[in-house]
Amino acid sequence: MSIEYERIVHIWKNPPNRGEMKDADFVAEGANPICGDKVKVFLKIKDGKVVDASFTGEGCAISIASASLLLDYLKGKKVEEIENVGREKVMELLELDLSKNPSRLKCALLPLMAIKSEKRK
Amino acid sequence: MDVEKIREDFPILERMVNGKKIAYLDNGATSQKPRQVIDAIVRYYSEYNANVHRGVHKLSEESTVAYEDARRKVAEFINASEEEIIFVKNASEALNLVMYSYGMKNITHTSRITISIAEHHSNFVPWQVLAERKKAKLEFLDVDAEGGLVGLENASGSDIISLVHASNVLGTINDAQKICKVAHEGGGISVIDGSQSIPHMPIDVKKMGCDFFAFTGHKMLAPTGIGVLYGKKELLEKMEPFLYGGDMIIEVKKEGSKWNNLPYKFEAGTPNIEGAIGLGAAVDYLNKIGMEEIRKHEIELLSYALGKLKDEVTIYGPLDARKRTGLIAFNVPGVHPHDVATILDEDGIEIRSGHHCAQPLHDRLGLESSARASFYLYNTKEEVDRLVDGIKKVKRVFA
Repeated sequence: MSIEYERIVHIWKNPPNRGEMKDADFVAEGANPICGDKVKVFLKIKDGKVVDASFTGEGCAISIASASLLLDYLKGKKVEEIENVGREKVMELLELDLSKNPSRLKCALLPLMAIKSEKRK
Repeated sequence: MDVEKIREDFPILERMVNGKKIAYLDNGATSQKPRQVIDAIVRYYSEYNANVHRGVHKLSEESTVAYEDARRKVAEFINASEEEIIFVKNASEALNLVMYSYGMKNITHTSRITISIAEHHSNFVPWQVLAERKKAKLEFLDVDAEGGLVGLENASGSDIISLVHASNVLGTINDAQKICKVAHEGGGISVIDGSQSIPHMPIDVKKMGCDFFAFTGHKMLAPTGIGVLYGKKELLEKMEPFLYGGDMIIEVKKEGSKWNNLPYKFEAGTPNIEGAIGLGAAVDYLNKIGMEEIRKHEIELLSYALGKLKDEVTIYGPLDARKRTGLIAFNVPGVHPHDVATILDEDGIEIRSGHHCAQPLHDRLGLESSARASFYLYNTKEEVDRLVDGIKKVKRVFA
């Protein structure tokens, strides 16, 4: 198995930032009906900045690792900056090139897309 | 049946994936194509490409003959007559044709439509929409732990009973003859979705007694974009066209138009000529091997695979290979099917993961998704061994 995927499975086994946040300022939910992945993201926002983040959900190793790594990345970022985060950033965080794996890319983008679509509401 | 010799006919089986020879076990999604089918399509475009039913020139006559020859082959393959074979793009379109042309006219608010919880979305959504539009009653047959239909007799009296012949998840082969009998005794019609059965076993629509039989070509060695609706002549004759336009008319005047004869009434516009020719070549290929032989080979593979997998994974559907078509859906406990499929893919083993377009069945089984290995005439026991080794690896990695 590739080292990159091994890293993903390793994160999946004990993902950082997993857990519900009771006093979240922002909650977003996303689901991928094709595979049944579900993710709920919680953000704590202060002065326009993400000060804390967590997630709950069930899914494949890529979607779970993506939520973990993305939330790590978002901590300390300004809320407006989230709009500029794209698929390249997600692949960079995962250290996986999924540009030729459109189905797995969907898994990877699930947490980000959930946040973005909730923000646009 | 010489599997090694058969494999030589499929150029793609030589392909390497991630440095490993491919073990293609996703035949339930689509089958690979033999050189004979690929060559037939190339020959059509290199030698006699022209529109059908339109010209009197040499090429058009040749393409028309080839297109109609394909229809004859398909008709013989399922024991139907040529006018009962309608070329469509896939099974979904075939079932939509029945829904729009038969259903919209004959179903009312007092009607009952029966399907099962194990239907592929292609045989689920059209009936759901029809029932909604006509305020008709839509009923669902359940499946038991072995994957068999529960309470088929209760469906008697339904105006339409539309059921899958072989489930694309459970693998269960339903007793289509009995389904049709129940439908007819209750005064209704029967629709059988044969997408997962016709690639793997002999089909005789007369013996089955169905009113409609829908299937797609690409799961039975033909190209994508070609499918078939078989319909009983007396029913097709009474039905209105599904699509309107070129080739489906005998006469068009300002005041109105007259519809063409069967089956052309249901084939509006330039059809998928290369697809039909490819399907004809696929039927020739399957006939050459023999459907009974293919079924025997798959039962052997299935028994072997079920025996090896039953202690490694959770298997859905019957454990008796003779009750199944050539596929096994399963889950590795605690591991998402996508991860199973990705790790297997690293070793060149190609399986499906997801809900296989059967979400209501997954809901019924309490699952989000599953993995599925599906076999065909060119698969070998060695490939099953690779699958089992791959699954053992998945379990090690995710332990």
